Amino acid sequence: MSFYRILMMILCSVMLSRPALAAEEIVINGSTTVLPVMQKAAENFMAVNPSIILSISGGGSGNGIKALTDGLCQVAMSSRDMKENEVALAKKNGVTPVRIPVAVDALLPVVHPSNKLQAITLEQLRDIYTGKITNWKALGGTDKTIAVISRDTSSGTYETWEEKVMKKEKVVPSALLQASNGAVVQAVSKNPNAVGYIGFGYTNPGVKGLGIGQVKASPETALSGQWPIARELYLFTNGAPSGNVKKLIDYLLDPQKGQKMVQETGFIPLPKKR
Amino acid sequence: MFFPVFTSTENWREKSLRWLLAGVACTSLATLCAIMLFLFAEGLPVFAGYSPFSFFLGKFWYPTSEPPEFGILSLIAGSVSVMLLSTLIAVPLGVCTAAYLTEIAGGAVRRVVKPFIELLAALPSVVIGFFGMVVVAPFLQETFDLSTGLNLFNAALMLAFMSVPTICSVAEDALFAVPRSLREASLALGATRWETSVRMVLPAALSGISTAVMLGMSRAIGETMVVLMVAGGAAMLPGSVFDPVRPMPASIAAEMAEAPFRGEHYHALFAIGLVLFLFTLCFNLAASFISERYRHAGSSEL
Repeated sequence: MSFYRILMMILCSVMLSRPALAAEEIVINGSTTVLPVMQKAAENFMAVNPSIILSISGGGSGNGIKALTDGLCQVAMSSRDMKENEVALAKKNGVTPVRIPVAVDALLPVVHPSNKLQAITLEQLRDIYTGKITNWKALGGTDKTIAVISRDTSSGTYETWEEKVMKKEKVVPSALLQASNGAVVQAVSKNPNAVGYIGFGYTNPGVKGLGIGQVKASPETALSGQWPIARELYLFTNGAPSGNVKKLIDYLLDPQKGQKMVQETGFIPLPKKR
Repeated sequence: MFFPVFTSTENWREKSLRWLLAGVACTSLATLCAIMLFLFAEGLPVFAGYSPFSFFLGKFWYPTSEPPEFGILSLIAGSVSVMLLSTLIAVPLGVCTAAYLTEIAGGAVRRVVKPFIELLAALPSVVIGFFGMVVVAPFLQETFDLSTGLNLFNAALMLAFMSVPTICSVAEDALFAVPRSLREASLALGATRWETSVRMVLPAALSGISTAVMLGMSRAIGETMVVLMVAGGAAMLPGSVFDPVRPMPASIAAEMAEAPFRGEHYHALFAIGLVLFLFTLCFNLAASFISERYRHAGSSEL
C-alpha cells in the first residue's frame, strides 16, 4: 500500500510541476508601445493561469495586424486603428478583426521647474521641435536657447508625438534624443533651458508639466479627448474573443488587475464604466 | 604553433591535452569569425534598397520617417569627433602620468598613485556616464552658459577618464622596458636627468607609447554607455565642441530594441556596427603595426 502511495505522490508532483504538457499557447504580436503593458500583465496572468502560455513579441503595429490577418497570431497589439485596406485584406483572408481598447497613451510636455511658462500651444510645440522657434524669448521667456529633448525615433512615445504634434514633420536634427522616459525626466530636471515630453505616468517633482492652451493635463482630460496629445491603445482579435483569449482580455480590462498594470507602465487606465 | 605537433614519445594523455588546449584556443577565433559573418550577413542587405553613397554621405538619420533616411555621416562625425577630442585630453594626461611614475616618482609615491589610476579603469562605464550626466553636465552648462551640458565635450571628457588608465599603464610598461644600460650610457655622457628622460627614454619608448595611444582610441570609439548617456544624442554634424552629437554605438544601443526584426532599419543598424568594427580593426592593426615596425629603433618593447 505504501509503495502505491509513494508512486502516486511522485506521479502527482510530476504532473503538477509540468503543466506545460497540457498548456495552450496564445500568440500575441504587434506594437512596441503596448508591449510593456502586455508583458507585465502576462507575467501575472500566467502565474494565475498556468495552463495558458502567452508568447509575446513586438514587431510594430503594422506587423501585428499583418500577423493577425495571416493567422499567425491570435491577438494583435496596435497603437492605432486599422486602416481601410488592412480591414479589406483581413476580410479577404476570412478574418474579422474586432477592436478592443485597453489603455490611453497621453503625453505631457515638460520643462524645468524654474521655467515661468505655464501653457503652450500645439503650434508652438511643433515650431520648437521643427527648429522654427529656438529661443525661450519667442515664448515670452528669458533670452536662452531652447534645449529640445525628444525620444528616439523608434519608440512608441515618439510615434504618438509625431502623430499628434509633429503632423508628419521631422524633428530638427539638433534635438537631443533620449532612450527612455526616465532619461528625459533626468535631462529636463537638470537643465533650466530644456523642453521634453513624457508619458503621464512618469511625472515627477523634478519637472513641470505644461498645459496645452486652456487644457490642463489630467487623466480626466485625456480620457474625455480634450487633451490633444493622447491616443487609445488597442488589441485586435479575430472575431469576438472567446475561450482563453477572452480570459486574457477580461484580465487586462479588469480595473483591479490588468488596468492597474496599465497605470504602472505609465499609461492611463480606461474609465471604470464603459 | 597553431596546430599541435606530435612527437612519437608523447603518450595519449599528453596528446589529448594538446588537442584540448588547441580547441579551446580556437573557440575565440571561431567566435570572432562567426560574429564577423553575422555582421556582414545582417548589415549588407541594407544596400539592396539604399545606395551606399547616401548611406555613408547622407547627413540625415530619420530611420522611421516615410520614406526613411539612413545617412550616417553625422553619426560617423559624432564618433570621430568624440574620439579625437578624448584622445587630445587623455594622451598628455596618460603619458605624463606614466613618465612621472617611471622617471620621477619614488617607490612610495608609485605604490600609492598607481593603484588609484588602475581603480579608475575598474569603474563601470555606466557609473562614469551617470557622473557625467548628473555632475558634469549641469556644471558645463552653467560655467559656459550653454543650452545643454550633454554634448561632445562632456562625452570626450568622460571617455578620456576611461582611457587614461589604459594609456598610462601601457605607456608606463614601455618606459619601464627601456634598458637600464641606455639610461646609464646617457648619464655617463654628461646628459642631465631631464635630457635623458626627454631625449633618450621617451623616443626609445615611442612605439610602446603609440600603441598605448591607439588602444586608448579604439577604446574610445567603441564605448557605448557613456556616449549614450552624455553625448546628447543629436544626429547632426557638430559645429563646436559644445554641440550635442550622436556617436554610432549610441545609435545602435538606443534603436536596436525597437527596430522591426530584419527590417530596413535593423539592417542599417547592423551596417553601422560593421563600420564601427572596421574602425576598431584599423586602430588595432595600426597599433600592432607600429609596435612591430619600430621594435628595432630602440630596444624598448612591450
